[in-house]
Amino acid sequence: MPVRAAGDKRFWRLRDRTQQLTLWAGWFFGTLLVVTCWHFMSEKTIWFFVWDAPHQVGDIAGRMVPPRWDYLDVLWKPLWDTINIATLGTLMAIVIAVPIAFFAARNTTPSVLFVRPVALFIIVSSRSINSLIWALMLVTIIGPGVFAGVIAIGFRSIGFVAKLLYEAIEEIDRDQVEAITATGAGPAQVLAYGIVPQIMPTFAGVSVFRWDINIRESTVLGLVGAGGIGIQLNASINNLAWTQVSVILLAVLATVIVSEWVSAKVRHAII
Amino acid sequence: MSLDTASPRRWRRPPLIANPVLRWGLWLGLAVYLALALGTMEINWTRVAEGLPRGQRFLAAFFPPDFVSRADAILDGILESLWMTVISTVVGVALSVPFGLGAARNLAPRPVYYICRAVVAVSRTFPEIILAIFFVKFFGFGPFAGFVTLSVATVGFYAKLLAEDIEDMDAKQAEAVRATGAGWFQWLNYAVQPQVMPRMIGLALYRLDINFRESAVVGIVGAGGIGATLNTTFDRYEFDSAAAILLIIIGIVMLAEYSSGYIRKWVQ
Repeated sequence: MPVRAAGDKRFWRLRDRTQQLTLWAGWFFGTLLVVTCWHFMSEKTIWFFVWDAPHQVGDIAGRMVPPRWDYLDVLWKPLWDTINIATLGTLMAIVIAVPIAFFAARNTTPSVLFVRPVALFIIVSSRSINSLIWALMLVTIIGPGVFAGVIAIGFRSIGFVAKLLYEAIEEIDRDQVEAITATGAGPAQVLAYGIVPQIMPTFAGVSVFRWDINIRESTVLGLVGAGGIGIQLNASINNLAWTQVSVILLAVLATVIVSEWVSAKVRHAII
Repeated sequence: MSLDTASPRRWRRPPLIANPVLRWGLWLGLAVYLALALGTMEINWTRVAEGLPRGQRFLAAFFPPDFVSRADAILDGILESLWMTVISTVVGVALSVPFGLGAARNLAPRPVYYICRAVVAVSRTFPEIILAIFFVKFFGFGPFAGFVTLSVATVGFYAKLLAEDIEDMDAKQAEAVRATGAGWFQWLNYAVQPQVMPRMIGLALYRLDINFRESAVVGIVGAGGIGATLNTTFDRYEFDSAAAILLIIIGIVMLAEYSSGYIRKWVQ
C-alpha cells in the first residue's frame, strides 16, 4: 500500500509516485490533444452562425407548429417502405451472416489459416461502413429506390449479426458437443444437435435487436435516395415545409418507439 | 435382449417456441408479410441491370485504389473526422457524467431522475443524421454542427449506461464509505467512482470508435468530416478515390478496435 512518510507520521495514499506521475502525464497530454483539436475546429467554424443559433432554434421551432396532420396520408406508403427496408434487410443479413459466423468461429471453422481471416475481414468491413455509406454506394450503382436500401441495410447488418453470433459459438458448452459426438454423430449432426440449440436464443435475440436498430437507420436512408420516409424528410426540409417536417419527425418517433417496444417484448420472451 | 429393437417412442427435438399455435402463427405471419412486402416493393430491374457494369467498375477500383490524386481532400477530411471524434467524445462523456448521475435511481431525487431520464431518452431516439440535419440548420455548415451532433448522441449512449452501472453497483461498499463520515463528493469519489470506472473507460473507448464511424457519415448532410469528401467522389463517379477513402475508414476502425481492446485489458 502506498504510504507517504512525513516526519514520524505515515499517511495513506491512493497511488504511489510512479502511478501518480503517469496519471498526471496522461492528463497533460490528453488535455493538450483536446485543446489542439478544439483549435482546429474553431478555425473552420464561422462563430457568427454559432452565436446566432438560439435565434435559429426559436425561428425553426416556431415554423414547425402546428404540425400539418393531413400530410400523414402521404406518409403511410413511405413508412411501410421503411419497415420493409429494415425487415427484408435484416432477413437478408441473417441468411448471409449465419454461414459467415460458423466460418469465423474458432471451433467450427473449416480452416483457421485460410477461411477464418476471410470471414473476419468480411465482418470488419461490413461493420466499419455505416449503412448510409453503403446506401450512397448502392444508389450510384443500382439506382435509387427501396431495393438499394434493403441491400444497404443487409450489408451493414451482416457484420453485426455474424460478430455476435460467432462470439456466441465460441463460448458454447463443450460437454454437450462431446456428448453428441460420443453417440457417433457426424459433423453435420453435431452442428445441428450440439451447437445450434445452444446458440439459438442468442441468435434470435441478436436478430431482433438488429431489426430494431435497422428500423432507426432505415428512416434516414432516403436522404441519399435509398427509399423510405427519409425521401419525404429530405424533400420537406429542402422546401422549408417545416410543418411537414414536424409530422415526419413524429412519425419516425412513433415508429422507433413501437419497434423498441416490440424488440424488448420479444427478447424478454426468449431470454 | 437384442439391441436392434427400435423403441416405440421416437425422440424429437424440442422447438424454440413451445406453444405450437404461436409457432405456426409466427411462420404464417412471416409468409403473409413477405408476400405483401415483396409485392409492394418496386424494383426497376432494367436500372439494376444497367448498374451492374458500374458495380463491376467500382469493385475493380479497389485494385488498386487511388490514394494520390485526391490526397489533399482525403487527408483534410480524415483529419477533420479524427479531431471531431476526439472532442465530441470528450465533451459528450464530460456532459454524460452529471446526466448519468442524475439518471441513476439510487442516487438522484425523483424530479432530477425524471428530467435526466427524459434528456437521455430524447437524445437516443433520433438517428444521428436527423440530429445532424437540424444542427447544420442551427449552427451553419461545418465541423461544429458535427461536433454537437456526436456530443449529443454520446450523451444519450454514455449517460444511460453510466446510470445503469451506478444502479447495479455494490451498495455495501457505498454504505461503508458513507459510514466513515464522508461528504457527498467524497462518497462519490471513493465509493461510486472506483466501482464504475473500469467499465466506463472501456465504454468511452467504444464510443470513440462509434463516433469515428458516425463522423464519416454526418458529412453527407454538411456537418464536416470525411463523409463530405466521400459523397463528392461518389457524385463524380471517381470510384478509385472512393475505394481509397473506404479502405482508410476500415483501416482506422480496425486499428481503433484492436488498440481499444488492448487499453481495456490494461485498465481492468
